[in-house]
Amino acid sequence: MTPRATALVYLPLMLLVALLFVGSLLVGPAGIGIARALEALWSGGADPIVLVMQEIRLPRAILAAAIGAVLGLSGAVLQGLLRNPLAEPGVVGVTSAASFGAVLAIYSGLSASLPFALPLMAMTGAFLAVFLVNALAGRSQDTLTVILAGVAITTLCGALTSLALNLSPNPFAAAEIVFWMMGSLADRSMDHVRLALPFILVGAGLLLATGPALDGLSLGEDVARTLGIGLTRTRLLATLGTACGVGAATAVAGAIGFVGLVVPHLLRPLVGSLPSRLLPASALGGAALVLTADIGIRVVMPERDLKLGVVTALLGVPFFLWLVLRARREIS
Amino acid sequence: MRLLRHILVAAALVAAGASGAVAGAPERVVSMNVCTDQLAMLVAAPGQLVSISHLTRDPATSALAEEARAYPIHHGQAEEIFLLEPDLVIAGTTARPTTLSMLRRLGVRVEQMPSASTLGEIRDNIAHMGELLGQPERARDLVARFDERLRAVRGRPYAPPLAAPYYANGFSSGGRSLAAAVIEAAGYENLGTRLGLEGTAPVPLEVLLMHDPALLILGTHDYDAPAKAQEIFAHPALERAFGRARRIEIANSAWVCGGPFTADAVEALALRRSKTARAPR
Repeated sequence: MTPRATALVYLPLMLLVALLFVGSLLVGPAGIGIARALEALWSGGADPIVLVMQEIRLPRAILAAAIGAVLGLSGAVLQGLLRNPLAEPGVVGVTSAASFGAVLAIYSGLSASLPFALPLMAMTGAFLAVFLVNALAGRSQDTLTVILAGVAITTLCGALTSLALNLSPNPFAAAEIVFWMMGSLADRSMDHVRLALPFILVGAGLLLATGPALDGLSLGEDVARTLGIGLTRTRLLATLGTACGVGAATAVAGAIGFVGLVVPHLLRPLVGSLPSRLLPASALGGAALVLTADIGIRVVMPERDLKLGVVTALLGVPFFLWLVLRARREIS
Repeated sequence: MRLLRHILVAAALVAAGASGAVAGAPERVVSMNVCTDQLAMLVAAPGQLVSISHLTRDPATSALAEEARAYPIHHGQAEEIFLLEPDLVIAGTTARPTTLSMLRRLGVRVEQMPSASTLGEIRDNIAHMGELLGQPERARDLVARFDERLRAVRGRPYAPPLAAPYYANGFSSGGRSLAAAVIEAAGYENLGTRLGLEGTAPVPLEVLLMHDPALLILGTHDYDAPAKAQEIFAHPALERAFGRARRIEIANSAWVCGGPFTADAVEALALRRSKTARAPR
């Protein structure tokens, strides 16, 4: 695909993300006029509209875009690295491990005294999960092995999360299992942006850096080696990038699944399968998908706190099943 | 033989009644609900209340948590309660039906009392508790003191300022809730009632900020362990919108259950209103 044709995909995607970002700022239970809402974004003072726009809607939109971008990106990287069409942070077990790390940080009281313990513990969980999947799946590039390893980690971390929350003496903790399993951006604040955004950006940078190596890897491991591509270095970049980006994202928004699965598959027909082109497109696509889902929640069921992961799962699972069917057809 | 024993027991009860409390007053009362526990503790004669629920020792829900330490506790199990040999069990309306029917089958007298959601119902509940325990005098005294305290804070302003209680997870109280009754008795308008909410319902932070209430009422949330539910209280928007002068802490226990202690909340809110009325914000 020529650079011009690639630009033809990137530009509309960027425009779409920008539009959805503004749309996200304009949707909310308070019902503020468009002109006043946008004006309040730039003005000072403690007027209620200013507070709603700057302290409630802006952080929500920023987090939706950043989290969607890093989820889409890490899905594309994991699919390229493991050469597995079903790989994505949720399926591989990274998000649930990050959730468990975040749960330990919050409910032990650690994050109350040390705010940065929250993203750091979530990132540690995510890192251990990527490491475990690599160790369990080993050299085998078998699709099934990776997925099974992911299922094992997800089940274990889900159970441990439930256990930790049920053991908490706080009566609200048990109800928060849903948040950690399904994710939400409701009532997130600038504090959460400050905690997560730096790590998400670093993670996204590391993930984007794997692009050229993944291009080589798409021709097969042996070819990649003869091209002088350091496989260990690529694996390390992908592992650290996923742990950092997905870990920080999960720490503030809970587990949001299937974004990393759906987005690369939707965009591959448009930008071609060359990873270095697919990665930036997947970041934009992920941002667009999570922004859309978060707007949808607030438009369709404004008075119920519908979880973000519910919407992405409703979109993602049929897609996942279709991929499974296609994989079966290819085997037979 | 059995019949004879019943007659003897009845005679003994009548004799006991004649010597002190009202005739037929139960002697071993077990209360099973945080709300009935607290009323029973205030109304019962010494030794009359044998056991209360373990929840009543929790300061997050019970206004008499300290006093509750003096009573033996139970965990709401039928066999546990039956072994206490009560002649009256008082439960709330939300008690497990299986437990209550089991106790009734075992021949225990079980009475249920709804929780109060207006100040009038608090009065009714205290009086009803007095009848059940055979202590109408003590109940009448409690109601009289309660009414006196409420009368002292009357004087509803012409334009009541808006107040909004805000609980964990962004919930607030709507109409037909004890919190709304307290807020209105203290001379405020309740935000949840204005929004048309019923009972305890979520109010998005955006909506709270846009209505800009004059007073934000925060519960005391003194759980040992943190939870995400309480993160909302640290939201920068809430911090920026409501300075110290525009927020007040009222223990949730003041209106989780209605009781004489509910007047504490009315007084605290009314005092704040009279102060802010003099010094405009």
